[in-house]
Amino acid sequence: MPAEIPTTLLAELTHRCPLHCPYCSNPLELIRAESELATDDWKRVFTQARALGVLQLGLSGGEPLLRKDLEELAAHARAEGLYSTLVTSGLGLTRARAERLRDGGLEHIQISIQDSDPEVAERIAGVRSVKHKQAAAAIVRELGFAFTVNVVLHRANLDRLGSIIDLAADLGADRVELANTQYYGWGLQNRASLMPTREQVERSREIAERATQQYRGRMQITYVLPDYYEAFPKPCYGGWGKLYLVVTPNGMVLPCHGATGITTLQFDDVRTHSLDWIWRESEAFQAFRGDSWMKEPCRSCPRKGVDFGGCRCQAFALTGDAANTDPVCTLTPLRRIVDDALAEPSEEMPQYSYRYLTGEPQRV
Amino acid sequence: MMETRDSRLLTPDSIPKLWRMTRLHFDPVRQRPVLLYPEGAVLLNDTGAAILELCNGSNTVAQIVGILTERYQADVGDDVTEYLRLMAERELIRAG
Repeated sequence: MPAEIPTTLLAELTHRCPLHCPYCSNPLELIRAESELATDDWKRVFTQARALGVLQLGLSGGEPLLRKDLEELAAHARAEGLYSTLVTSGLGLTRARAERLRDGGLEHIQISIQDSDPEVAERIAGVRSVKHKQAAAAIVRELGFAFTVNVVLHRANLDRLGSIIDLAADLGADRVELANTQYYGWGLQNRASLMPTREQVERSREIAERATQQYRGRMQITYVLPDYYEAFPKPCYGGWGKLYLVVTPNGMVLPCHGATGITTLQFDDVRTHSLDWIWRESEAFQAFRGDSWMKEPCRSCPRKGVDFGGCRCQAFALTGDAANTDPVCTLTPLRRIVDDALAEPSEEMPQYSYRYLTGEPQRV
Repeated sequence: MMETRDSRLLTPDSIPKLWRMTRLHFDPVRQRPVLLYPEGAVLLNDTGAAILELCNGSNTVAQIVGILTERYQADVGDDVTEYLRLMAERELIRAG
């Protein structure tokens, strides 16, 4: 199946991060600073991405502000014509750096918040961070960036969804992205402490709907449901290798940020191959393009053009075979794996396993 | 920042303006204009781009219709109004 034109590149500039959130979307095996791509490697990747058709660039991490060359990279991206989003915790965003980013042409900043309750927020982040985030949000507003607040939702903060949305508005956000935790990597490791109850999910859905009406015209609200409580899986980025690609801090190119969890696939490196070749020709990107890889019930399912069999990373993480139907789907007998997880006793909340590099001193 | 009325509602006298965080761009790869905004992009045709270029904060809806009717020598009023309504519904343009 021939490749289409991708729209979005997520650049994980580093896995270093001052936060230790137990649902981090980075893999369990974090990349160390000494393996990170050099400035010129990233610039080449951005140039190749634009030539391939990418329009949107996420400058992400870890914490991308820990890269001293961030301003230079953002300016290069803009010169190539990319629309860039800085995806940050806010920690380290000084006024001087924000001004340099703006002057280089960065257009959009996304700051994470963990909760509206400062105590819980810092317990989740594993570090003092609330005041830094407030200061960063004020700078982002003042310098006129497009501003999104993003929040990962889970059992410990879902009951405060209404006040979390109000906090995003108070911080001056143009948009707020509310995404329930996805259970890969760190999230899967901490699933028993992160998984909300069905009652929490139902209440929060109503709160999100009401707030969307209330804030219409002032702040856009995106609410991503927790897929375990859905009947059908999510259509991951429009299907495997269709619109989206990720480059890891050490230059591996993935169809999804969770894909390193699929240990049966080998991913190629921007230091040895062009992005164009990796996108069009590499085995990993071709593995689940189109629908010829599908088994039943996907193969004959009318929904296969809607959700593309769901998430390959989730299929692998929960069943050991990335070509299986995403077990969230109620049309597969594999659904019992998800139902079993939902039925796990949830009275006690186990301790979080915080995100740390192996050997990094733990301060929590 | 608080807007007092719903910025999605357009009348002939409204002055539609592209949302400040959008950017019109010609994509040489797809050979067509695109409207870029936070974490999204709309692929445009030439007519769409012509309409959005006029949403610069100085033309009313009626003036935009007048300019394009003149340019294309055809009555484009309904098409232009409908296009603006859809873009306003998506909050990519705001009524001023």
